[in-house]
Amino acid sequence: MAKWFETHLPKIVLAPSFIAVLIFVYGFIGWTAWVSLTRSKLMPRYEIDGFIQYDRLFASPRWDTAMNNLYIFGGMFIVISLVLGLILAILLDQQIRVEGAIRTIYLYPMALSMIVTGTAWKWILNPGLGVQAMVQGWGFENFKFDWLVNPDMAIYTVVMAAIWQSSGFVMALFLAGLRSVDTEIIRAAQIDGIPTWRVYTAIIIPSMAPIFLSAFIVLAHLAIKSFDLVIALTGGGPGYATDLPATYMYAMAFSRGDVGQAASSAMIMMMVIFIIVVPYLYSELRAKK
Amino acid sequence: MTDVSATPTAAAAARSQGAGMKTALRWGLYLILGLFAVYYLMPLFVMLTTSLKSLEEIRTGDLVALPREVTFDAWAKAWSGACTGIQCEGVRPYFWNSVLIAVPGVLISTLLGAVNGYVIAQWRFKGANIIFALMLFGCFIPFQVVLLPMARLLGLMGIAGTIPGLVFVHVIYGIGFTTLFFRNYYVTIPQELVKAAKVDGAGFLRIFWSIFLPLSIPIIVVSVIWQFTQIWNDFLFGVSFSSAGTQPVTVALNNIVNSTTGVKEYNVDMAAAIIAALPTLLVYVVAGKYFIRGLTAGSVKG
Repeated sequence: MAKWFETHLPKIVLAPSFIAVLIFVYGFIGWTAWVSLTRSKLMPRYEIDGFIQYDRLFASPRWDTAMNNLYIFGGMFIVISLVLGLILAILLDQQIRVEGAIRTIYLYPMALSMIVTGTAWKWILNPGLGVQAMVQGWGFENFKFDWLVNPDMAIYTVVMAAIWQSSGFVMALFLAGLRSVDTEIIRAAQIDGIPTWRVYTAIIIPSMAPIFLSAFIVLAHLAIKSFDLVIALTGGGPGYATDLPATYMYAMAFSRGDVGQAASSAMIMMMVIFIIVVPYLYSELRAKK
Repeated sequence: MTDVSATPTAAAAARSQGAGMKTALRWGLYLILGLFAVYYLMPLFVMLTTSLKSLEEIRTGDLVALPREVTFDAWAKAWSGACTGIQCEGVRPYFWNSVLIAVPGVLISTLLGAVNGYVIAQWRFKGANIIFALMLFGCFIPFQVVLLPMARLLGLMGIAGTIPGLVFVHVIYGIGFTTLFFRNYYVTIPQELVKAAKVDGAGFLRIFWSIFLPLSIPIIVVSVIWQFTQIWNDFLFGVSFSSAGTQPVTVALNNIVNSTTGVKEYNVDMAAAIIAALPTLLVYVVAGKYFIRGLTAGSVKG
């Protein structure tokens, strides 16, 4: 008995965590998937009734806005963060004297809660006392910068705040990548008289393809899950102009009392992440073997 | 990079011109880097100066101007007097809620992650890799997909809206990451170590306790910092699973900022935001190296 216990101890120790993950991740996904196929309203019901919730979802103008916002927000956030992160990393990689201090400054927003970031930008961007009022105070009385309260532009304020928060992190990823490029190749290229910008575009940047991929995965993941930032910055408004799938789901689950809609929108979010992450995880785990 | 076919004098001239160009480029480079530093620091600067101004000065003055008269009234009010809806106790009680949620949440998830990583990396058995892959995938799910069933389960367990309930949720969804950290760390330790220790008669727990744990200080720091930042900055679980008295500081901050009663006190909002940000900022300043390691380990595994 003691012997059996000793040989199986590793499995016994791992079991509780594994069972917890099975139930609270996979079981719960199953539960949500199931409920998304029912007519649940205020309380979950369990009689399967086809894809009615998904039909309602795709017919809903609010969900339409949320998905459109996700494309705008996700696309701009990812592309600009990648470009800005790469540029900053290259600039910082030129034997800068105070590199450590600059890196610390660029990266600190990542340590903040999105709620704090949202609160700060909400104050800076508010038209009454923020940037608009400041520039008007300088004498440019026709200056207008009211994106925060303009339904057509509000989503771009979310993009601005999100880039501010995450671009330093992308910079750190790229900087680590730049440091691991083989210096022999770079030196050889320099001896051959190849201009520095060509060394970057032809050798260094292509060799960092894996870092582009992981940075993309992280940013895409952040974009799809974005919730706190929207809540703190715009509250999803004006109206529901800055709703994202995550805020739509939350509104349905906790303020509209529409469990079926909440479940089906969560499943769509899950699928979007699945499509992006699974091929990546699969290739990473294969590469390890 | 100068033209090699040029005459010696021309080459010398070109060289000195090149040197001038180089200095100019250097200055340009530092200027750009400096401007970006201003960009990243500006919101923090504005928050800090706004929190030190009186409301009167905020209304009449400039967004980026330094306070004419420094006052800490907003800080005092944010800490113990600002209203979140009907209650007016400031962020203090919620700050302590966050501490009470984060400390056990961090410790339990890190301990479980260490043991799990040790088993998966060093006591490989059939299926261990599949278990690891399944746990890893759990790190990537959008939490929206578990919110509804978790709300019901917490209700059934009788810990809905309590601090133990929030600790439970954070531990469950933190295990994936902590296991990942420790597994990737332990996988680099040669398996001969365990074999040799077994020959010497040491068992599973003994080997973990006396050999692996002492080697693990750096990764424990990474895991603790990562989990602390995650739990402290969390809003989704906090707003979904708390009740009136158990909200974490992020939720309280959002309530203060969006409370519609009375005059909008921007200086109090900013002071409350800085208070909510201080613990993770402090961790970042003190242990930035480990913070970055956690971030990159969470994204570029291995």
